[in-house]
Amino acid sequence: MNIIITIAVTALVVLYTGLFKAKKALLPITLLGLLVALGFTICSWDQPTVYFGMMQIDNFALAFASISIIGTLFIFLLTQRYFAENSQNIAEYFTLILFALCGIIIMVSYKNLSMLFIGIEIMSVCLYILAGIRKQNFASNEASLKYFLMGAFSTGFLLFGIALIYGATGSFDIDVIQTNLVNNVTNVSPLFYPGIILMMVGLCFKVGAAPFHFWTPDVYEGAPSLITAFMSTVVKTAGFAAFLRLFAGAFEPLHDFWMPALMVIVIITLCLGNITALYQKNFKRMLAYSSISHAGYLLFSLIVLTAHSASNVLVYAAAYTFASIVAFAVLINVKQKTGSDDIESFNGLAKRNPLAALALTIAMLSLAGIPLTAGFIGKYVMFLNVMENYQIILVVIAILNALVGFYYYFRVIIAVYFKEGKEVELDTPVQYKVVLVISTIVILVLGIYPSLILNLI
Amino acid sequence: MELLILIFLPLVGAIATALFAKQNTAKVAALLFSILSLGVTVGLLCSFTPDASTQFVVNFPWIQQLGINFHVGIDGISMITVLLTNVLTPLIILASFKHEYKNANAFYALVLFMQTGLLLVFTALDAFLFYIGWEAALIPIYFICATWGGKDRIKVNMKFFVYTIAGSLFMLLGIIYLYLQNPANNFGLAEFYKLELDATQQGWIFWAFFIAFAIKMPIFPFHTWQPDTYTTAPTPGTMLLSGIMLKMGIYGVIRWLLPIVPQGVQDWTGLVMVLAIVGVVYAAIIAFMQKDAKRLVAYSSISHVGLIAAGIFTLSQQGLQGSMIQMLSHGINVIGLFFVLDIIKSRLETNKVDELGGLAKVAPQLAITFLIILLGTVALPGTNGFIGEFLLLMSVYNYNAWLGAVAGLTIIFGAVYMFRSYQKIMLGETNSLTASFKDINGTEKVVLYTICALIIAIGVYPKPLMQISEASVQHLLEQINHKLTGIN
Repeated sequence: MNIIITIAVTALVVLYTGLFKAKKALLPITLLGLLVALGFTICSWDQPTVYFGMMQIDNFALAFASISIIGTLFIFLLTQRYFAENSQNIAEYFTLILFALCGIIIMVSYKNLSMLFIGIEIMSVCLYILAGIRKQNFASNEASLKYFLMGAFSTGFLLFGIALIYGATGSFDIDVIQTNLVNNVTNVSPLFYPGIILMMVGLCFKVGAAPFHFWTPDVYEGAPSLITAFMSTVVKTAGFAAFLRLFAGAFEPLHDFWMPALMVIVIITLCLGNITALYQKNFKRMLAYSSISHAGYLLFSLIVLTAHSASNVLVYAAAYTFASIVAFAVLINVKQKTGSDDIESFNGLAKRNPLAALALTIAMLSLAGIPLTAGFIGKYVMFLNVMENYQIILVVIAILNALVGFYYYFRVIIAVYFKEGKEVELDTPVQYKVVLVISTIVILVLGIYPSLILNLI
Repeated sequence: MELLILIFLPLVGAIATALFAKQNTAKVAALLFSILSLGVTVGLLCSFTPDASTQFVVNFPWIQQLGINFHVGIDGISMITVLLTNVLTPLIILASFKHEYKNANAFYALVLFMQTGLLLVFTALDAFLFYIGWEAALIPIYFICATWGGKDRIKVNMKFFVYTIAGSLFMLLGIIYLYLQNPANNFGLAEFYKLELDATQQGWIFWAFFIAFAIKMPIFPFHTWQPDTYTTAPTPGTMLLSGIMLKMGIYGVIRWLLPIVPQGVQDWTGLVMVLAIVGVVYAAIIAFMQKDAKRLVAYSSISHVGLIAAGIFTLSQQGLQGSMIQMLSHGINVIGLFFVLDIIKSRLETNKVDELGGLAKVAPQLAITFLIILLGTVALPGTNGFIGEFLLLMSVYNYNAWLGAVAGLTIIFGAVYMFRSYQKIMLGETNSLTASFKDINGTEKVVLYTICALIIAIGVYPKPLMQISEASVQHLLEQINHKLTGIN
C-alpha cells in the first residue's frame, strides 16, 4: 500500500513542482520517489498482506512491482533532454507516467476483479494521453486515437467478462471465484465460459497478443519513443502479471477449457509477430512486432501451468525489459542525431559510439535468446515449461520462430558493425551511459548466473 | 581446479586483450595467453593417466533450480580434442601475425573467447554446459568471419549462423527431453548414459542431435554453408572453423550421440554411412573442379570429414581410434594448407591455381613445407595422415566392403587433385606475377616448421597419441555394446 501512496504522492509533488517552473528539480524528485517506493517494495518481501480484501501484496506482486519500478526508473533516466525537445509540459509527462505506474502496481497485486479493472483503467488513461502528447505531430495523434479506441473496446470486453463471472459466482474476489470453481468442478455455471473467453480477449488486447495486436505497431511507432519504451516493457510486464494472477489462479480449475483457445492465440502470435518483424525497415516497428512475438513466448507459461509458471514469466519479463530498454535508449540517442528511426540509421554505430554499439548488440543477442544472456534463460525456462507436458509441436514452432528472430535481430547487429554509416559523432549523455551499462550488466549477470532470480516467487 | 584454469585462462586473456591491449600489442598478448594455455595443457597431459577414467573432474552446482551443474572432466577422448585446441590456437594466432587487423584487440579477444567455448565443449560432462559451450564458440566465430571477412561476408555468415543455430536448437530440444526423462533431474552425462529409452525415443533423439553435429562437421547434405564460409572468412577464422570447430561435431557424436542413443545410432547407421561416403565422393569431385585453391581445400575438408564420420559410425575400435587421431591430424594439416594459401594470397592477391606457377623456384622453403603438409593430407605413410586414414578405411571396409572400396578410391582421387594443384602452383616456370615472390620468413617459418615437425613426428611415432584415447574408446564401446545387448 505504501508503495502506491509513495508513487501517487510523488506524482502530485512533481505536478506542483512543474507549476512553479522548477524544471531542474523534477527528475531528482521523481527518482527519489521511485527509489523510496522500490525500498518499500523490497522491505515488504516475504510479508504477504491483504488490504481490505482488495489487494494482495504477496511476493508475486512485489517481484513484478520491483521490475516495473526499476523499468520506470530507467526510463526516467532517459528523459534527460528528450522531453525538453519534444514538449513544454515536462511535469505532466512525469506525472502521467507515475500515475500509470500506480495503475500498474494495482494490476500486479489485485485480489478483486474491480481492482483489476481500476488498475487497467488508471494505467490506460495515462497512456492514451502520453501516446498523443506530441500534439502537433500527426502520427502521435493517430497513435493516441487508435490506442484509445482499441483500448476502450477491449476494456469493454474485459468488463463484460467480469460481469459474467460475477453473475456466475456473486463475487469479484479471485479466491472466491477459484473456490467456487473447485467446488463445482462437475457443475460449472455456464456463465463462466463466455466470461473467461471475454476476459481473455480483453487481456490479450492489453498485452498485444495476436489476433488482437493490430493497434501495437501503429501506436508504438507513433508514440514518442520513450513512451513506446514504457509501453512495451513496463506496461507489458504488468499485463502479463495480471493475466497470470487471474488465469493461473482463479481460472486454473478450468485450464482444460481455455488452454486450447490460448494455444491458438500463442501460435498465431508467435508466427505473425516474427514473420512480420522480418519485413520491417523501421526499428521501432520491428521492436513492436518483436514484442508481439515475445508476448507469445510469455504466454507459454499459461499453456502448461506449473509451480514455476509465475517465476518463468518473471525471468522472461526481466530479460525482455532490460534488453528493450537498451534498444530504446540507443534508438533515442541515435535518432537525436540522425532524425530517423530506421534500422539503417544504426549503420556504422560501432565506429561512432562503441559503448552504445556493444550494449545494443548484447541486448539484441538477449532478445534473440543467445546463451549467456538473460534472454536465453527466459526462453529456456519457457521451453522447459511446455516440454514438461510434451507439447513438442508447440516447442518446434517456437524454435522455428526463434530462428526467424535470430535473423531480424542480427540485421540490427549487422547494421551496427558491418555497414558503413555517416561519420557523425554521437554524444551520449551520462544518464544514458548509466542505463546502458547497468542494463547490459544485468542482462549478462542474469544470463550467467540466473539463480539470482529463478524461483524467486 | 587445474581444469578450471585451463578453461578460463583464454577467457581471462580475452577480457585482458579486449580492455588493455593496444592495436599493436593485442596479437602478442593473445599469443602469450594461448601459449600459457598450451603450457597448462602440457602440464595436464603429464599428470594424465591414459586409462578409461575421467580425470581432473570439477563439479559444482551452477543453476541449482534447473538442475544444472558446472561439471567438467577429461578422459582420453577429451584429452585429444583439448590438445588439438590448445596446440592449434597458438599456431593460428602466430599465423595471423603478418596481418594487420583493424581493431586487433577485439579480433584476438574473440579468438581467445572462442577457445574457452571450445574447451567447454570438449570437457563438459553436463549437457547444458555442453550446449552453452557449443553456442559460446559460435558467437565469436560469427563475429570474426563477418567483421574481418572478405566479399559477401555478411550474407554468407548469416547463412552459416542460421544453419548452425538451427541445428543446435534442435539439439537443445533433445537435451531438454533427456533431462525430463532423467529421474535424477539433472543434465549429467553419466545419468544420461544410464537412461533406458525405447527405440522410437532413441530415433528422435538421434536426429535431434545428429542434425546439429552433421551441420557442424559438415556431412553431406548439410554442408552447403561450408565452402562459402571458409572462402570468405579471414584466414585465422577459416583455420579455427576447419581446424578445431568442425571437431566439435565429431566429438559430439562420440561423446553424446553414440553412448546415449546406441539403438537409434544402430537403426540409422546405414543411412548415415551412405551419406558420409556420398559426401566423401561428392566433395572430392567438386574439389577436383575448383579453380580457387582455398575452395579446393574447403571441399577436400568435407571429403576428409566424411570419412571420419563414416569411421565413427562403424562403432568399431579401429573406426573410433582412427577418428581420434585423424581429428588431430586433419586439424594440423588443414591449418597448414590454409596458411600456405594465405601466404600466397597475401603476396600475390590471388589463390587461383591457373594464375600461379613456378613458386618452388623462387620460394624453395615454402615449396618443401607445402609438400610435407600435402603429403600429410593425402596420407602418405610416415606422415600423420596415414595412420588415421588407414584405420578409418579399414573400419569402413570391415563394415561394408563396397563402401570401403569407394572411400578408398576417393582418397586416391584426393591425392590426384591435391598434387595437381601443387604442380600448378609450385612447379613449372614462373610467370610475371610469381617471379618476384619472396620466400617465407619470420613467424611464417616458425608456424610452417612447427606444423611440418608435428606431421612427421605423429606420422613416425603415433603410439603415445594413440595410447591417450585407447582405453577411453574401448570403455565407450563396451558401454555401447552393453546397452545394445541390454535392449535386445
